[in-house]
Amino acid sequence: MRLSSKVTTLLILAAVIAIAPVFFPSSYYFRVGSLIFVNGLAVAGLVILIGYAGQISLGHAGFAGIGAYACALAPVHLGLHPALAALLGALLSAAIAYLVGRPILRLKGYYLAVASLGFGILVSMVLSNEAQLTGGPDGMAVPELGLRAVLKAIGIDLSNTEFWYAFSGLVLVLGAWLALNLYHSPTGRALRALHGSEVAARTVGVDVAHYKLVAFVISAVYASVSGSLLALQNKFITPDVAGFMHSIEMVTMTVLGGAGSVLGAILGAAILTTLPQVLTIFQEYEQLMLGLVMMLVMIFMREGLLPSIARRIRGRAE
Amino acid sequence: MSLLQIEGLGIDFGGLRAVNDVGFSLKPGEIVSVIGPNGAGKTTLFNMISGVYAPARGRVVLDGEDVTRMPPHLLARRGLSRTFQNLQIFQSMSVLENAVAGHHLHERGSVFADLFSLPAARRRSKVSEDSARALLDRVGLGRAAEQEASSLSYGALKRLEIARALALKPRVLLLDEPAAGCNAVETEEIDHLIAQVAAEGVSILLVEHDMKMVMRISNHIVVLDHGEKIAEGEPTAISRNPRVIEAYLGVQATEVQHADG
Repeated sequence: MRLSSKVTTLLILAAVIAIAPVFFPSSYYFRVGSLIFVNGLAVAGLVILIGYAGQISLGHAGFAGIGAYACALAPVHLGLHPALAALLGALLSAAIAYLVGRPILRLKGYYLAVASLGFGILVSMVLSNEAQLTGGPDGMAVPELGLRAVLKAIGIDLSNTEFWYAFSGLVLVLGAWLALNLYHSPTGRALRALHGSEVAARTVGVDVAHYKLVAFVISAVYASVSGSLLALQNKFITPDVAGFMHSIEMVTMTVLGGAGSVLGAILGAAILTTLPQVLTIFQEYEQLMLGLVMMLVMIFMREGLLPSIARRIRGRAE
Repeated sequence: MSLLQIEGLGIDFGGLRAVNDVGFSLKPGEIVSVIGPNGAGKTTLFNMISGVYAPARGRVVLDGEDVTRMPPHLLARRGLSRTFQNLQIFQSMSVLENAVAGHHLHERGSVFADLFSLPAARRRSKVSEDSARALLDRVGLGRAAEQEASSLSYGALKRLEIARALALKPRVLLLDEPAAGCNAVETEEIDHLIAQVAAEGVSILLVEHDMKMVMRISNHIVVLDHGEKIAEGEPTAISRNPRVIEAYLGVQATEVQHADG
């Protein structure tokens, strides 16, 4: 029996996450891995917005900021467990995405890009300026999730980096599963339809404004959970998580890896998270090389790395 | 009683009266064609009826309800569907998915069910897919179901648009040049398909340049020129109408058989 593309993608992802540690020379690589997974989660959400629905956001780090600061603030001020704080952050992000998305998703192309950029900047300004609450640019501490202690009590003893590698890997697989489910569902088809032709989507009954909002809210929740995971594993957070650069990074990862493909976008996250480390061999030319690689990929592989490579392999097979 | 009633419809583009005071009606199962030279306002009229453009004057009444200026997705819910003169295909989807997308109103459910791939969502997808496959067979694209839509020929894409519009299970179907770019055999197939669909009770409003086809299948013809209705009636009456012959076909009536735009 031929496996569906969804099952194949999830198996590849789960297998890579499970097997990679065999080749890790030091515990530092667990840390890099968990960062890839955290970025990969935000990017999987952006695949729904950019790849499925064809909309752009340059402000999604704002939602990562909301998720991150929810984990820092809600335990202190509301006495919530950090896991519930992350959930609260996700709900808050969804609510804010709903309110912000309604007006800005009427815009198209670069107008939407600039409006969403404004939203991201707004969130990071609030986080920087409300210093009494957030510690301002110096950041603030985030409490322990506590799951590792629970696991230890039942006999699974993981180091801190191992735990975060496994946990964020698991959340990433879950996120990828949801995004892939959506792709083949009626909602996913409506999103891809409006991406293909808004006017045709309307004439088959797709409420375009509604579905754009659905994609925006879902991707905001992904970014929020990604921010929460980052805060919880670093146990410290600064307003940079909501910053402009983080938003740009997210979109770059998505588009470089392949915005139409969940696995491709995660690959993009992996490459852009590790490439700066690899490129340190070029010393002061590191940033230059990174920029060059990005330009070359987009010039020669417009659809992004994974879809372009897959197309070439298929083309050769036929 | 008429299913679709157009009354005094008009729109201006920057001072130019693109369409003015056009009215006619469609009964269930009737095929009405709108003809006229290029630039007569046929597609503009379609865009107003289907909610793509907001008319400046007049009314569109669907089954007794005033639907003037109603957005297309709400018109779709009331059973009005259309195809486009310049193709509007979902390029990155397969042929099958394009047809399934046409079934949107019958398959949409909760986003949560879709995210978690709950049995309800899978059931809805399955029903849409079966119905889409049947429609693709009907328009002769059954074998191309798994291909990327962008790989189809122009004529095949035209038929795919018809399948997608039919997936909605419309009561009124607007077809904008369905036979453009099709060879004689394909045109005849589309011809049969339209007659069949109409026989099932769907009202069809057709814009088409293939005059043989228009004369063969229309119950009623509306003639536009410079945005105004200059004549309407049965095909035989229209082909003899001196104003139509003058405006649309030029002075030589023999061109009736050859005119293609």
